[in-house]
Amino acid sequence: MSTRQRFRGREPGASGRGTLAAREARTGLALISPTVVLVLVLVVLPILWTVVLAFQDLRLIRLRTAGVFGDYTVDNFVDVFSSPGFWEALVTTLVYAGCGTASAVGLGLVAALALRRPFRGRGFVRASMLLPYVAPVVAATFVWGVMLNPQFGIVNEIGTRVLGWDEPIAFLSERPAALVTVIVFEMWRSFPFAFLFLTARLQAAPATLEEAARVDGATPTQVFRHIVWPQLLPTIAVLALLRFIWTFNNFDDIYLLTGGGAGTEVISVRVFDYLVSRGDIGAASAQALVLATVLTVLVAVYFRSAAKDEVA
Amino acid sequence: MTRMVTAPAESPAAPDTRPSRAPTGRRWSRNTVETRVLGVLRWIVIAGLALFTLFPFYYMVLLSVRDLSSLLDAPARLWPVLSELTVGTYRDVLTPTGSGGQGFLRFMANSGLIALGTVAVTLLFAVLGAYAIARLRFPGRRKVSVLFLAVYLFPSILLAVPLFVLFTAVGLRGSLGPLVLVYVSQTIAVAIYTLRNYFQTVPASIEEAAAVDGATRFTVLRKVTLPLAMPAILSNGLFVFMIAWNEFLFALLFLVEDRSRWTVSLGLSQLAGSIEIPTTVLMAGSVILTLPIVILFFATERLLTGGLTAGAEKG
Repeated sequence: MSTRQRFRGREPGASGRGTLAAREARTGLALISPTVVLVLVLVVLPILWTVVLAFQDLRLIRLRTAGVFGDYTVDNFVDVFSSPGFWEALVTTLVYAGCGTASAVGLGLVAALALRRPFRGRGFVRASMLLPYVAPVVAATFVWGVMLNPQFGIVNEIGTRVLGWDEPIAFLSERPAALVTVIVFEMWRSFPFAFLFLTARLQAAPATLEEAARVDGATPTQVFRHIVWPQLLPTIAVLALLRFIWTFNNFDDIYLLTGGGAGTEVISVRVFDYLVSRGDIGAASAQALVLATVLTVLVAVYFRSAAKDEVA
Repeated sequence: MTRMVTAPAESPAAPDTRPSRAPTGRRWSRNTVETRVLGVLRWIVIAGLALFTLFPFYYMVLLSVRDLSSLLDAPARLWPVLSELTVGTYRDVLTPTGSGGQGFLRFMANSGLIALGTVAVTLLFAVLGAYAIARLRFPGRRKVSVLFLAVYLFPSILLAVPLFVLFTAVGLRGSLGPLVLVYVSQTIAVAIYTLRNYFQTVPASIEEAAAVDGATRFTVLRKVTLPLAMPAILSNGLFVFMIAWNEFLFALLFLVEDRSRWTVSLGLSQLAGSIEIPTTVLMAGSVILTLPIVILFFATERLLTGGLTAGAEKG
């Protein structure tokens, strides 16, 4: 605001038409417009186009002859909703997102609390805690796949030799095990995100409150329960929502670990399969739209809670 | 800050007051038990977490320097034996396919090109956009911010269908340029958001002083604001580089058909299922994929904290 006034004072009628406010608005629009155009063309319009595609009977091989408009149908949704695989995938998605979020945020909280007080080498431990989050997903899933390999993976070696398992477990291709594995992987990969945010929140918490409680004779768990936890709760809520949104739509991890087999097929992997393997654009769009609908509701919840407390 | 937390605990006054209140003979009060148990538990948790997070990376490096036959002989050995160490895996994975290798050098060039292109375009757009949002008043400024936040929250799988169809229809699938633009559209929201926050911390009075001296807005941006925001711009660039280097889904959708255009991520994922290529060679490939990110990550960390402390010293 003050910038604008000073500028007005110092360059009287420098060039161009209109008031200085109008010129500032023009400059602003000019600077932001490349980004807006890019986002409109590559994000907003494609999302809207997905809606159109979902109501069309469109195959990848007939793409060039098909028109963008016309021939609308609800067949895609009928097919998608009447297929048992879809409902199973939806349940799997919810279980995966729910358990993945809870375990990632939970472990992130434990890590933040354990690393709260300084010790020698804390900086290094803290930094290395973030590695799973920044490491390339393809490398991470690959090394996990080898670790869990039934023939020569280290986990099965230790399991059969030290822990006395009868036989190696096919962690990525057996029914209950595979879903648990992808959830544990999600926990490993995403807890650093929660750890980072909760550590920042803990650093902002005033130490005097806890000291006063300790002096008054509160035990460590009582201090946590009644002083630390209430302060962390808003952050945890936002974190949980954000993680749930991203886990709910996560494609890479499950596709790379199991390919969606052995009871781990989530909606996003189904979308990919319909799109690339079957070339059924309509059905893929319809399922993406279901994902988007759930997501929109979640984002709306997020905006409302973010408006309430400025945590994000 | 940290000293303030620890100092009262170390001072002799605090322990002195408590025993006098506690009844005599109760050595194992709830407080003592909790403090001791949590004190031990803390170290167990730290050790367990360090093992959990770091072991996969250690395993990756270990397997990348072992010979396949020795791995199959002793799969449980978790330390390298000098006699069996080999760098042949790295030679195999890097040499071009024409010479019997896996051609990861080519993949690295592709990944690097895409990532650097994404960084350049994102930073150019983001600096201009963030400056506009932070300093200028124009119609729709708030709406633009909301739009970018929504873009940040919308995940890539929802864009996969329309973008795949669009680029197939116009025949641009398989070229690197459009992929760079897609990456820019994915990273620009975060870049603008963080840069805007940083620009807002740069006092407007500095810019005004330059304006007083007759500098135009563009000169102010180039000569004053940009140099001040350099730490934020650099760390943003590294962040964008990491995202573009790591990205998998769009690379898979756009580039999978032509091996000469594969990125490292895509190459590793495509070759991972192959029976002919030894696991140890692919492990060398995943080290090659991961190492630049780990190096950049530790560099960014230092840069970020350096920038923060530099600002604090002046204040």
